[in-house]
Amino acid sequence: MNAPLLWIFTPIIAGGLLAFVNNNRISTNISGLTAALLALIAFFIPIDKALLLGAFSFKLSSSMQLFGRNFIITSNDAHFLTILYGITALWIFGSAVVGKARRLSSLGLSFIALLVASIAVEPFLYAALTIEIAVLIAIPMLASTNNPPGRGTIRFVIFQTLAMPFILFSGWLLAGVEASPSDLALTSQAMLMLSLGLAFLLAIFPLYSWMPLLAEETSPYIFGFILWALPTVTTIFVLGFLDRYSWLRNSTQFTEILYISGILMVVTGGLWAAFQSNLARIMAYASIVETGLSLLAIGLIPNQSTNIVFMLIIPRALSIATWSFSLSMLKEKYGDLTHSSMQGSARNFPLASAGVILANFSAAGLPLLAGFPPRLALWEGLAQSSLFSTFWLGLGLFGLMISAIRTLAIMVITEEGIPWKWRESLNQLILLGLSIILLFFMGIFPQAIFYPLLSALPGMFIHLGQ
Amino acid sequence: MITNIISWVCIAVILFTTTSLLIDSKDKQRSLFIFAIQYLAAFWLTLLHWPLGMASVKLVAGWMALTILGATFRNLPPQVTSAKNMRSQPFVVFIIFLLVITAAPTIENSIPGLGLPVIIGSLLLIGIGFLQLSFTSEIDRILFALLSLLSGFETLYAAIEGSVLVAGLLSLITLGIALTGAYLLTILNPQEEETA
Repeated sequence: MNAPLLWIFTPIIAGGLLAFVNNNRISTNISGLTAALLALIAFFIPIDKALLLGAFSFKLSSSMQLFGRNFIITSNDAHFLTILYGITALWIFGSAVVGKARRLSSLGLSFIALLVASIAVEPFLYAALTIEIAVLIAIPMLASTNNPPGRGTIRFVIFQTLAMPFILFSGWLLAGVEASPSDLALTSQAMLMLSLGLAFLLAIFPLYSWMPLLAEETSPYIFGFILWALPTVTTIFVLGFLDRYSWLRNSTQFTEILYISGILMVVTGGLWAAFQSNLARIMAYASIVETGLSLLAIGLIPNQSTNIVFMLIIPRALSIATWSFSLSMLKEKYGDLTHSSMQGSARNFPLASAGVILANFSAAGLPLLAGFPPRLALWEGLAQSSLFSTFWLGLGLFGLMISAIRTLAIMVITEEGIPWKWRESLNQLILLGLSIILLFFMGIFPQAIFYPLLSALPGMFIHLGQ
Repeated sequence: MITNIISWVCIAVILFTTTSLLIDSKDKQRSLFIFAIQYLAAFWLTLLHWPLGMASVKLVAGWMALTILGATFRNLPPQVTSAKNMRSQPFVVFIIFLLVITAAPTIENSIPGLGLPVIIGSLLLIGIGFLQLSFTSEIDRILFALLSLLSGFETLYAAIEGSVLVAGLLSLITLGIALTGAYLLTILNPQEEETA
């Protein structure tokens, strides 16, 4: 047995088979349990070490060869796999509660497995190919007869497809740069290709137009899943580039590109969010800000500030999960998520409304919520290098804060005499309650989550975060 | 010598097919046939760098993608498949052709061994793919544009990368784009789905 077979090909096959299971409950349970099991195995079973089970000896080897190329998952990747599959399991189980289980249970599992393949494949540039296949698999999740494809879906496919050629070419050029580092023309060509590829892949300003459009077109829950998984893995992919190429890591131009892109994303995402009147679009803009924060952290000092990137992973997952789960429930009841429809929703769905508002505040970096500690760390790091950038970061987060306050105002405004009612089901109340408690727990006791994370995740890289 | 002549004929075929696809894609079955010829030309250019077996994978995957799209178009009502003609576009194609011809020797100098036909053919496919993407918002035309762009990229990338895994994954992506497009076209037309 080997690790890539277990964490890549098993879930892909399982996801493919589950597509033929008509019973939603069975499909969700099998899919969720598979993801949970894979997370547990990643946490407990060591890779490349022999285990004795009674009379039997068992070893999970780290590599697998396919058509002359390797897929490698080492023990250093195990913690990231635990996070990835663990959160996927929660997302899949949650989908049964909001009634979006059909597609997420089968395709979601394959989607995550392909993203894992992008981390495991060697040469690592081939990740662009597996990410593209994952994107194509995501389309049936995002579009259906109930959510017909619009401009957002089409742009999502186009932009992600365009990323692949640029990244593959940049990889080829980067190899040339390594061989002759003094060739400035080749270096600038490689950097241009790489920047374009990453701009399409990470939806960097101004190529993020598909996100708010897609947010309106599709189910918030599925959209949230994509918003969490895709940028998280692609950020790790970007870190992989920096880890692999020392000249890129030490190139001030490239880190400045990342830095400026990050600032632009934070500012534009935050400010646009403040003026939105659709709650799903606000979530999309908040996700743009999150990606901007990761780029800012990478661009700050690539060798040291990657810890901040790792710190952003779990709060992002938690706030988007709470946000999209709550929005999905509200959309189910109100039909759309515009401010005019959402007036007074807090009276009928207090916990779902609280979920939306708290997740928005967490994304804005409100103290005591999960998003605050990583933002504080980033702010501190930025303040040491440039007060000007600190101002722009503050402006972006202020925009998100305004959007949260506007949403709060809209949700509680209603006519007098309307009583408060809990219209959420018991399962929904439990899930929402737990996620809100976690949002506070991570904000109040950040070290409980961040310490194990920061001691484990930098092991994925040879140079970064060491 | 003969190889070289055939390669230049392929360039002419690519120029003709991409232009005709851009100008008139009203008749979908005709467009698919033209696209199939375009894949054949791209296959020949790929064959200059890849062995027959691997290059055939690209051709077969492309033709399979077209078959998937053909089956989908056949089941769509006329209003979905009707597209606006773009008769004003030959001038833009001509500009792209000039740009490609101008840029090709520079690329040939910086990446020796690619060969001018491969560079010109692939850049034409990529350039006109981009052009189509920028002119349209119709799913069927976007699909043609993405497939054209991908075909051009594959032809160029074949000259610098000979991995079987890459060839397989790129073929999978070609099929994936066709399947995704077929899915999107089908769900945009739910009535047809019900009657089927």
